[in-house]
Amino acid sequence: MTENVEIIKGASLWRDAWKRLLRNKLAVFGIIVLAFMVIAVTIGPAIIAWATGYTYDLIPADRELVRSMPPSLKHLMGTDDAGRDIFARVLQGGRISLTVGIISTFVSLIVGVSYGAIAGYLGGKIDNLMMRIVDMIYAIPYILIVIVLLNAFSGKNTTTLVSWLPQIIVSLAILIVGILISVLLFRALFDKFVATNFGVFLLKTLFIVFSISVLAALVFLASSLVGNTNAGVWLAEQYSTNVDPGLSQIFLLFFALGLVSWLTMARVVRGQILSLKNQEFVMAAKATGVSTPSIIFRHLIPNALGPVIVYATLTVPSVMLTEAFLSYLGLGVQAPFASWGSLAADGVKNIAIFPWQLLFPGLTMALTLFSLNFLGDGLRDALDPQTRKF
Amino acid sequence: MLSFIIRRLLIIIPMALLVVTLTWGLIRLAPGNFYSGEKKLPPAVEANIRKKYGLDLPWYQQYGMMMSNIVRGDFGDSLKYQGQSVNEIIRRHLPFSATIGILGYLLALAIGLTAGTIAALKQNSSFDYASMSLAMLGLSVPNFVLGPILVLIFGFWLYWFPPARWGGMSSLVLPVCTLAAIYAAYIARLTRAGMLEVMRSDYIRTARAKGLDEKTVLLRHAVRGGLIPVISFTGPALAALLAGTVVVEKVFAIPGLGNIFIQSVLNRDEPLTLGIVAFLSIMIMVFNLIVDISYGFLDPRIRYE
Amino acid sequence: MSEQNGTILSVNDLKTYFMTEDGVVKAVDGISFELKKGETLGIVGESGSGKSVTNLSVMRLIPEPPGKIAGGSVVFDGIDVLALPIDEVRRIRGRRIAMIFQDPMTSLNPFLKISKQLMEVTQLHLGHSKQQAREHAIKMLKTVGISDAEDRIDSYPHEFSGGMRQRVMIAMALSCDPELLIADEPTTALDVTIQAQILELIKDLKTRMGTSVILITHDLGVVAGMTDRIIVMYAGKVFEQASTRELFWAPANPYTKGLLKSVPDPAHEQGKELYQIPGLPPDVAHLPPGCPFAERCDRAADICRSEFPPFVEIDQGHHSLCHFAKDVYRESKTEAAEKAAN
Repeated sequence: MTENVEIIKGASLWRDAWKRLLRNKLAVFGIIVLAFMVIAVTIGPAIIAWATGYTYDLIPADRELVRSMPPSLKHLMGTDDAGRDIFARVLQGGRISLTVGIISTFVSLIVGVSYGAIAGYLGGKIDNLMMRIVDMIYAIPYILIVIVLLNAFSGKNTTTLVSWLPQIIVSLAILIVGILISVLLFRALFDKFVATNFGVFLLKTLFIVFSISVLAALVFLASSLVGNTNAGVWLAEQYSTNVDPGLSQIFLLFFALGLVSWLTMARVVRGQILSLKNQEFVMAAKATGVSTPSIIFRHLIPNALGPVIVYATLTVPSVMLTEAFLSYLGLGVQAPFASWGSLAADGVKNIAIFPWQLLFPGLTMALTLFSLNFLGDGLRDALDPQTRKF
Repeated sequence: MLSFIIRRLLIIIPMALLVVTLTWGLIRLAPGNFYSGEKKLPPAVEANIRKKYGLDLPWYQQYGMMMSNIVRGDFGDSLKYQGQSVNEIIRRHLPFSATIGILGYLLALAIGLTAGTIAALKQNSSFDYASMSLAMLGLSVPNFVLGPILVLIFGFWLYWFPPARWGGMSSLVLPVCTLAAIYAAYIARLTRAGMLEVMRSDYIRTARAKGLDEKTVLLRHAVRGGLIPVISFTGPALAALLAGTVVVEKVFAIPGLGNIFIQSVLNRDEPLTLGIVAFLSIMIMVFNLIVDISYGFLDPRIRYE
Repeated sequence: MSEQNGTILSVNDLKTYFMTEDGVVKAVDGISFELKKGETLGIVGESGSGKSVTNLSVMRLIPEPPGKIAGGSVVFDGIDVLALPIDEVRRIRGRRIAMIFQDPMTSLNPFLKISKQLMEVTQLHLGHSKQQAREHAIKMLKTVGISDAEDRIDSYPHEFSGGMRQRVMIAMALSCDPELLIADEPTTALDVTIQAQILELIKDLKTRMGTSVILITHDLGVVAGMTDRIIVMYAGKVFEQASTRELFWAPANPYTKGLLKSVPDPAHEQGKELYQIPGLPPDVAHLPPGCPFAERCDRAADICRSEFPPFVEIDQGHHSLCHFAKDVYRESKTEAAEKAAN
């Protein structure tokens, strides 16, 4: 009798959380604004270009006349120093900002989740070692890493960078395939081998397979970093084409930013896996038929995923802020591409005389980050079993 | 407790050296070097430069020499700023960053703790919503946007504070406020969450059941538990403070260490970069130790062996 | 309405509601009982029956959002507690009415020494100086059986075992010699052997200091040896109230009978399956019309499902909330007689 109640509760954990999320007015506000932003930056530039002919990089012939004009009916957000329409640039910048935010978060998710899961599952000395490594990397000021990477690879070393791309894609592919295989095997075999020593052994083997695939991916990456290896040179020769430095910069940003935020993600995941481990074995021991492994998956995994989702949602604005910071330093997105951060950075110069050049991109960015933060908060409240409404 | 402190102190130097090594590795791995500008130098000139700075020696020799100097506290001379030793440069620029950094964080603590506590006590009141939304805003506006806006409003329009200058108390206000903003936001939110959790706990109920008034319940019983999240936050926050000061220094034209650091990385000024990194990591580890010690004082359940 | 006949606490039609996302939860919905001076009253019920909420309401410790004391009266020694301004209530708390809670680990402040936690009570209510408070605290600790009190008084809660912590809580509660002690499941979180010790301690102190006691528990075994009278709560209502002896001997309510049946009796039931009241406690936010126990009751009739049962007086001081109270009582008496005969 009680068992049925448990099963019902487990299956609708997500639905409960979703309901709770929707009840949170601020979170709903966040979702709406975000949806609006995503739509705006996706189709906006096309609409503007069709309606008015302005694009983000269109420098009009009569630039001297139209530069740095205040907001008007013709230019809803005014123009910048070079006569470009700011509204169009803000929309285009949004594309870049949001893409950078999302993809970088994705990168940090992949690296962080794999690393944290392995550390948490294997436990003991390996876990200790892995966490020490995280601490050490954490000790290095992250800006240093990012700046060195960006500075070293921007523009001048395009060839080296471009040789990265296939490496990275291959590495990611290995990683994703490895994760998928491990998870599928895990699920398939868990039912059969739970609570037996062989089962535990098999699980450990699976995770080692998984970690090897991760390592292989990392080796690929490392080899391209050094660049002098035969693999790197060969791939560079295969793929050296002229890539627009601005675009390669953006790709570089994805990874640089992702690589600095994975540390905390790894810690979060590891913590979750550690507690999940305890519950899992307790349940296996108590598996006198009360719970089946599928309930384990429906109870435990949602609980483990919860903080990961929340943290990922909160990483996006953090990454976007970092990108803005880098743009301010001149290391972020390069001309002619623009991100909200770079637009704001450009606008800072003229704040006293042409404040709109800073205000519009700055406020748009602030609004988006605002919404993301509210959404993250809402998710945290929704997924946390103890409602903190009162 | 004492042995714990000593062990932590002892490990700081080796850790710092390790971080320096990692940083050095990172700098060396990345292509390019300090003397390569836009133009490519004629090979003879380049060979000379490399000889002068010992760059023609094998890397492990360079590393060895450098480390033996560093262990004695000698980081050498800056490559970019000819004739100035790294230690000198750090000493000169540190006070600026330190001042705004410390003042900024203290201000953030003052605002954040107060606002967070009041918001927790008057949950769901208009103060709560207002202050938490304001905090959210603080998290969402990049500080290089906030700084100029503050300058615009208070420097140019209202003319209360000077826009950029170093001298006197009034010129500190805007930079410190800009820096404090984001931290105040985090601290307010953390305090509120921590306080809410504490106020709902059983021992607070016991305190009330004993007849204590709300003020005593709050100040004597609740604060300790409520402060813990803020203390946890302080560790990483101080580490990130560096990034914060960089922007503020740039916006307000303050000759601080943050800016110097960024420039040194961009210039591939290896000795200066390593010197600042070493200094920073020591600072961070010392602060983390202080944070951990505070934990020990606040929470008697934690006893360091 | 001053009480000359020795009634120290009189609760009348108390209603405490909670506003939640799922609707209004009527945790306590019209409870009435009386406690005489020196008496020990047991409040028995499953979790969610409202027993803890009742007692928190007496001390006005209900968090105001989301809770609210929606009606009724609580009269303590002639004082209408619900009408008092809150600072007057605070003067009663800890001084005249004291409460001990279920989990001593979380009920004591982990960050403060127990000396501090003990001393602040007498410093506040009795105006003790630090020295006086400390001596008094040591004395109280010795009274509750912590013999090396002088050494241990400066420790922190986590340095004590569960049983010791509960003793500290008792010492804290009795510091000002209160007239009423409310013990909310004081032994639930403890080992069985320690349970017995703590209950003995409470009994002993109560006799020595003349305190009236309300003992809340879900465990019938606990109330059997400790209480003079018992009220049985279910879904926020009093289902039966009687003297302890009467309740155990001849209950007049199917729920009470169910509870009693659930207590394993090793002498008579070897080899038989353990009895369990079928079903689950009701969702107090959405109660059906009629008797809240109807769907679990083995003698439920149609009237039980449609009409709310009356509060029937079986005898002096014995009441039961049931349509068939008198029948159930008669049956119980018959069963008891049969058992006695065997």
